[in-house]
Amino acid sequence: MITVDLEETSVRDLNQRLHDLPGDTNERTWTVVNPGGRHALLAGLTLPLAVTVRGHVGYYCAGMNEAADVVIDGHAGVGVAENIMSGSVRVRGNASQAAAASGHGGLVVIEGDASARCGISMKGVDIVVGGSVGHMSAFMAQAGRLVVCGDAGGDLGDSLYEAVIYVQGTVASLGADCEEQPMADADRAAVAELLARAGIAGDPARFRRYGSARQLYHFHVDHADAY
Amino acid sequence: MDGNAPIRRSASFPPETIHEIQRAAAEGIYEIRGFGAKRRLPTFDDLVLLGASISRYPLEGYREKCATDVVIGARFAKKPLHLKIPITIAGMSFGALSATAKTALGRAATMMGTTTTTGDGGMTDEEREASSLLVYQVLPSRYGLNPRDLRRADAIEVVVGQGAKPGGGGMLLGQKITPRIAAMRALPAGIDQRSACRHPDWTGPDDLAIKIQELREITDWQKPIYVKVAAARPRYDVQLSVKSGADAIVLDGMQGGTGATQDVFIENVGIPTLPALREAVEALQELDMHRKVPLIISGGIRSGADVAKALAMGADAVSIGTAALIALDCNRPIHVADYAALGTAPGACHHCQTGRCPVGIATQDPALESRLDVDAAARRVRNYLSTMVLEAQTLARACGKSHLHNLEPEDLAALTVEAAAMAGVPLAGTGWIPGRY
Repeated sequence: MITVDLEETSVRDLNQRLHDLPGDTNERTWTVVNPGGRHALLAGLTLPLAVTVRGHVGYYCAGMNEAADVVIDGHAGVGVAENIMSGSVRVRGNASQAAAASGHGGLVVIEGDASARCGISMKGVDIVVGGSVGHMSAFMAQAGRLVVCGDAGGDLGDSLYEAVIYVQGTVASLGADCEEQPMADADRAAVAELLARAGIAGDPARFRRYGSARQLYHFHVDHADAY
Repeated sequence: MDGNAPIRRSASFPPETIHEIQRAAAEGIYEIRGFGAKRRLPTFDDLVLLGASISRYPLEGYREKCATDVVIGARFAKKPLHLKIPITIAGMSFGALSATAKTALGRAATMMGTTTTTGDGGMTDEEREASSLLVYQVLPSRYGLNPRDLRRADAIEVVVGQGAKPGGGGMLLGQKITPRIAAMRALPAGIDQRSACRHPDWTGPDDLAIKIQELREITDWQKPIYVKVAAARPRYDVQLSVKSGADAIVLDGMQGGTGATQDVFIENVGIPTLPALREAVEALQELDMHRKVPLIISGGIRSGADVAKALAMGADAVSIGTAALIALDCNRPIHVADYAALGTAPGACHHCQTGRCPVGIATQDPALESRLDVDAAARRVRNYLSTMVLEAQTLARACGKSHLHNLEPEDLAALTVEAAAMAGVPLAGTGWIPGRY
């Protein structure tokens, strides 16, 4: 295992070192200490590395991640795992706004709470939040699944496309074109599978499903009040 | 009663206004269309260049060198772009445009040693292969955005706004959403696709600086990063872009085109390119960053004269969108019956949003797209760009300039009081700049 101390090494040097690793590297396990809330940490990883950060990170940690499995043993700033393509990012603490924004694939786990706009514009990523999510979560979410073990803030799933949201707790309000839909066996199986992958305990039977009513897919004057 | 009495039309309610009111009454929704502002606006036509005579020394046309190159991105990027000409092709999406049109634009830009730009929806392999220098847009929708394409781009453009619709997002109507485009955007085929007006993960200049830092980290500080803003409050936006760490700024005036936007937006939001450029240059000068952070101006650029005047006002380069499409064949009087079927005519068509482009540019219909011969189309755009460069060089030499960038405001005069005020150059025949002297 390789340990990098960000009190001694810059984010730039660390990221460059990780980017320069050859595909067949044996240096697959990394620990980063003293992150100090620095931004853009571990952005743009492309290899199946296991990277653990001991402490809190700033904006865009593990942005556009591909293949790597990143664990943040602390809290995460805005846009953690934004536009993630594959691999996984786990936040042991809480995450700020726009967690996993526009993520295309992979798995993002937030063991604590996530702030506003969690999963905004998500495009295929799976997100599991152990706690609650803030307002406008899954805004314009296109594809993928968002599992919320706690409560959801206002305007959940506003202008939702084909992403699916599962919430165990209460929902303050639903956004435009987001509706509660029946939980089928396939939904319970999906929640069980996602909770298992996230390592978070929960009873799939207690979750409710929210999806797009698909009433705003075509811009029409009769729906003007919904916008 | 005089049977020959002239018909008296209302200035407040001309026929087109009456038509629009009645259309709105019938349909209950605003008009969405393509192209750019059609209202009369102050333009570079309202300026003239002051050729040399006794007090200024001209260069010999066709003989003495007038260089045209420009470097973009030397502020922070390890690999700045070296363009042979100060004219670039603006961002236009695959989706709004056909793949053939995008390829033709890329080939033309390559032939001229300049950049072309992706658009909402991401980068296609055809466009990448056709373009030796390709600018990759990062837009609020993030449609198709991925790190692989970030790395294979030559520069990155963070799009904050578009001149046709400052503060507005976009809409690609369902008739243009083919399965390929839908897959690139991770959305169902055939639905109206909304492009957000705000980025999902940053708000304001402090966040933008960190977003730019992230993009630099992902691409190892290799790529120039542009910030594109619409012309609404250019003085603030330009300075905040500089503060945020942009390598270059693209400023799009209200004459800038669009594939599909509300007509009321196109015609009523933002400010024209002429005053926007002056404000932007002054903003850079206030920061002592003029000529250090290149300024690329777009929105209604049509000719080498426009290029020369824009550079004289302080731009480092210009970008063209609508004009490039016109060079491709947009609004050419062919397939006239198809224009008529859209309720328009060659020379007036703005029906990009329908997907029924008669000349195969703004369409995803294979039969229509096949009307655009990619080789011939690329050649036309290349010829057009070449003509613009020759025109600009001719004018610059006449002003005694050995490089287009040596043109300066002192080489300009305005033909109208309004243009003098907006461009910050004297009214012709006077030393008067309204609001200054």
